[in-house]
Amino acid sequence: MHSPQLNPEARAGDDWPSELYRILKAADVRQMSYVPDAGHSQLIRMFSADRDVVTNVLTTEEEGIAIAAGAWLGGQRSVLLMQSSGVGNCINMLSLSAIGRFPLLMLVTMRGEWAEFNPWQVPMSRATQPSLEAIGLKVMRADTAEDLIETVESAASLAYESDQQIAVLIGQRLIGKKKW
Amino acid sequence: MVSGLGSPTYDLHSVGDHDGNFYLWGAMGGAALIGLGLAQAQPGKRVLALTGDGEQLMGLGGIATIGVARPRNLDIVVIDNQHFGETGMQASHTGRGVDLTAIATACGFAATGTVRTLEEVQRLAAQIAESADGPRLFVIKVLAENPPRSLPSRDAVFIKNRFRAHLGFAAA
Repeated sequence: MHSPQLNPEARAGDDWPSELYRILKAADVRQMSYVPDAGHSQLIRMFSADRDVVTNVLTTEEEGIAIAAGAWLGGQRSVLLMQSSGVGNCINMLSLSAIGRFPLLMLVTMRGEWAEFNPWQVPMSRATQPSLEAIGLKVMRADTAEDLIETVESAASLAYESDQQIAVLIGQRLIGKKKW
Repeated sequence: MVSGLGSPTYDLHSVGDHDGNFYLWGAMGGAALIGLGLAQAQPGKRVLALTGDGEQLMGLGGIATIGVARPRNLDIVVIDNQHFGETGMQASHTGRGVDLTAIATACGFAATGTVRTLEEVQRLAAQIAESADGPRLFVIKVLAENPPRSLPSRDAVFIKNRFRAHLGFAAA
């Protein structure tokens, strides 16, 4: 194993990215793809340092939907990280996950809903959950660190063991205010 | 093999159905990237994404993503008739100066090429059978025609489970 060290003192409240990393590793996730978001930066760093996981930086989020399907065809579990603005880019490609019943786990950090400075984030924020549900995904949401960890654990089981397509929305309140 | 929606899916099926084929009927722009995820999961096997000019044009950013990922076991072959054949043969970008091989070269692909004759296709087949240092993209220029179609199953769950069983994975 070449996994980065977890902080043994970490608790859900102060280090939820490490907890998510631990859960996804325990679920045997072997590929991770992402368009960066500040809220995902620690998780991206941890996966990028992990030689047992292949990471792909994407030019647009729907690429990750296709990569996830390919990974599953080849016998591997994957996870896709993005912010809410990227969800709109994914909609048609999600046809692949939905009609092929491919396991899919997306972790979406929310923008435009809590102490948001940039109004351009607001319309897609409003459209995130309805558009995901319209294309057939199950949407789960967490606004506290404790709830997030339980939610992702449950979402990983649903995705990889029950062939479901799941987006977990991580509330902006949890991520904290972006400093300008 | 992964085939892009439209004629590449019909063309792949026309040479014989195979458990190791994954046919797309949608997800435009995704063929090469499904190939990437598959190639990363199965580094010991060669993966070929067979697609068309319109499908690959929709996934141009994916060429950059694949160039950065640099799989050594993924080839993209674009059957390029310079038209959107499925929707009434509207002219595409590749007949108007856009060169997918130049884009792939600029994205760091290990090899690229364009072929126009059956003899060149034979040589390309031999080249694809050899190992590579990174991803490769080849364009096969073809006439814009509509020959009879050979249609594979449109049931993606069936094709997915058949593909996975071919690699030794059980259905859920």
